[in-house]
Amino acid sequence: MNTANQYLKAIYLVQEIENGPASTGSIAEMLDVSPASANEMVGKLEADGLCAHEKYKGVELTDDGIMRARDALQNYCIIERFLLEVLEVEDFRAEARQLEPVIDETVAERLDTIIDRRPECPDCFDAEADVCALLECDPAD
Amino acid sequence: MYLTYEYATATAPATGRKAMSLQSPVGSDHQLARLLQIGAVLEEVVEARATKHTESDAIDDDVRELLESAAAESERHRKQIDGIIDELDADTIPFDEIQMLVEQQYEAEQDFDGVLYDQLCNEETAYKFYDDLIEAIEQSDGTFSIDRDRLLDTLRTIRAEEEAGVEAVTELMEDGT
Repeated sequence: MNTANQYLKAIYLVQEIENGPASTGSIAEMLDVSPASANEMVGKLEADGLCAHEKYKGVELTDDGIMRARDALQNYCIIERFLLEVLEVEDFRAEARQLEPVIDETVAERLDTIIDRRPECPDCFDAEADVCALLECDPAD
Repeated sequence: MYLTYEYATATAPATGRKAMSLQSPVGSDHQLARLLQIGAVLEEVVEARATKHTESDAIDDDVRELLESAAAESERHRKQIDGIIDELDADTIPFDEIQMLVEQQYEAEQDFDGVLYDQLCNEETAYKFYDDLIEAIEQSDGTFSIDRDRLLDTLRTIRAEEEAGVEAVTELMEDGT
C-alpha cells in the first residue's frame, strides 16, 4: 500500500473516531509522523481532489478519497485476518501495521481467497480497537 | 504462532493508540521471515489453484500443460523460499494446510476464460509481491543474518520467472481470442 493510501486510511479512521473532520495533529499521531509531514501530504491529497482541508476545522475526505480509503482499509483487514487465521500471529495488529506498506492490493486480493472475510467488510472495522469487530480474537491481544 | 521473536511497535505518545507504520517493513530477520512466509503461502495458493484448474473439463491440452508447469514452478519457488525461512530460524507453513483452505473457498466449474484469467492473476500477484519485496529490501538498511546479495539474487530469479509466467498466460489468452 502506498503512502498516500495509508494517509487516506488514517484520515478516514480519525474522522470516524472524532465523528467529524480530522485534525492534522491526530492524523500525524496515528501515522507516527511529524505534523509538518502530515500537513504536507494533506496538501498533496487536497491537490489531487481526495480531501478538503479547512484551517482550524480539519480534514475531510471527498467521495473519491473515501472510496480509496475504504479500499485501503479493506486491504488492511485482509492482512490482519490473514495473519491471525492463517499464520496464527498473536500480535497481528502490530504486524499488519508494519506489513501494510509492502502488501499491494493485488496481493491482498489473493490472500483473501483463503480467509473467511465477511461481506460487510470494511464497515465492521472498529477504528478505536484497530481491528475488525467480527474477528474472533482476544480483545486484550 | 510461527515466529517467536519479540516484536517492537511504535506507540503514538498522546493517546497510547498504536501508530501505523510509514517506515520500511523489512528491517529485521523477523520482518523478512514474515514476508517470506507470505510469499510461500502465495506460492502454495498458486500451486493449489492451478492444480484444481487442471481438473476442469473446459480447458484444452495447451492450457492444462501450462497449469501443470505453473504448479510445478510454484512448488519449486516455495521450496526455495522455505529454505531461506529455515535459515532465518522461522517456521514454514505446510502445503496441505493451505491446500485445504483453497479447497474450502474454491469455486468449481470455471470456464476456459475464467481459468486463464485466474491463472493470470496468480502470476501477476506473485510478480508484484516479489517486485515490492525486492524494492523494500533494497531500500532497507536493516541487517539480516543471511547474505543480502544471495537473498536478492534468489528473489530476482523468482521474479523473472513470474514475469515469464505472466507472458505465457497472456499469449495463450491472445491465441484463444
